[in-house]
Amino acid sequence: MRISRLLGVLILSILTFLLADVILRIAPGGYTHMIDFLSQPWPWYVAGPLIGLIVPMLLLLGGKQFGVSANLRHLCAVLDTKVEFFQYDWKSGTWNLVLIMGVLIGGWISMGFLENPDPIAISEATRSDLALLGVTEFRGLVPSQYFSWEGLLSGPGIVLMVLGGFLVGFGARWAGGCTSGHAISGLADLQLPSLVAVLGFFAGGLIATFVILPLVL
Amino acid sequence: MGASRLIPYLLIGIYLGIVFTKSEVISWYRIQEMFRFQAFHMYGIIGSAVVVAAISIQIIKKWRVRALGGSEIVIPPKEMGSGTRYWAGGTVFGLGWAFAGACPGPLFALVGNGVTVMLVTIVAAVAGTFAYGVVRPRLPH
Repeated sequence: MRISRLLGVLILSILTFLLADVILRIAPGGYTHMIDFLSQPWPWYVAGPLIGLIVPMLLLLGGKQFGVSANLRHLCAVLDTKVEFFQYDWKSGTWNLVLIMGVLIGGWISMGFLENPDPIAISEATRSDLALLGVTEFRGLVPSQYFSWEGLLSGPGIVLMVLGGFLVGFGARWAGGCTSGHAISGLADLQLPSLVAVLGFFAGGLIATFVILPLVL
Repeated sequence: MGASRLIPYLLIGIYLGIVFTKSEVISWYRIQEMFRFQAFHMYGIIGSAVVVAAISIQIIKKWRVRALGGSEIVIPPKEMGSGTRYWAGGTVFGLGWAFAGACPGPLFALVGNGVTVMLVTIVAAVAGTFAYGVVRPRLPH
């Protein structure tokens, strides 16, 4: 990208920001309303389309396809072992590794400025089902009774965090994609294999939820 | 790829991390709610994301829109083969998704949100990917 174009984008962004700032200052309660909105959990009809737009953004930017789990393979390729599956130039996936670092930073920004102070607003039915399984904590994004460094040494902690992660990595590569690659990019491109994979995702998720979790938690 | 060309991907990642967090799709509770069919939230998110992505892809294909650098946009179709890899691999992934309560993208967003123990889950996911690479020649696909 030429420096002049980059400057143009920068100046335009600053002008947009200043204009938004002026409007929010003039409108009665503008800033309070905006902060309120941002710190509330976003409804599905806002979040879903915003996530869907990632697909054309990546295609238009450089013909790239949205698929997060490819990064796990790139990380194995960085390790540079003798395994044939990881013998390729991982630098072709630098853009994707940078994207996933951005996701981490985005999570951090949300925590710092936009955190929701209320307990998670899951349905009452889920809350009571989970309480029956022994979940006592409904604050934050994950139940800290399991998802914490102390919880890591407990039986549930090992299944949820270690086994869970292992199966996510193994299954995503075997299936050739994860939620972003199959459920979003693949289904959107009307790929039948992706539909089969998504049905598999649900088969596995239902077995874990209704058969294994009651035994583990 | 030069560093300046990578900046847009970093920004897209940050945007995605914020949306992931604010829509709570990175929450173990929301994934449980989804697998128990007790709320529309996750279905609405995935469904509307697919619709928006599908319309965009159709437009790109129909008008033969090119990428910013001028190159043609090609989306290679996925090979069905015997289909085993999709249902079997998908099921394995689904088990992990319900246990960890997060798929690969949200794992990184959770670390950013201060759930640092998810670094262990990310390492486990890399280990799982590596194990797949090792046994791949012996697995049905």
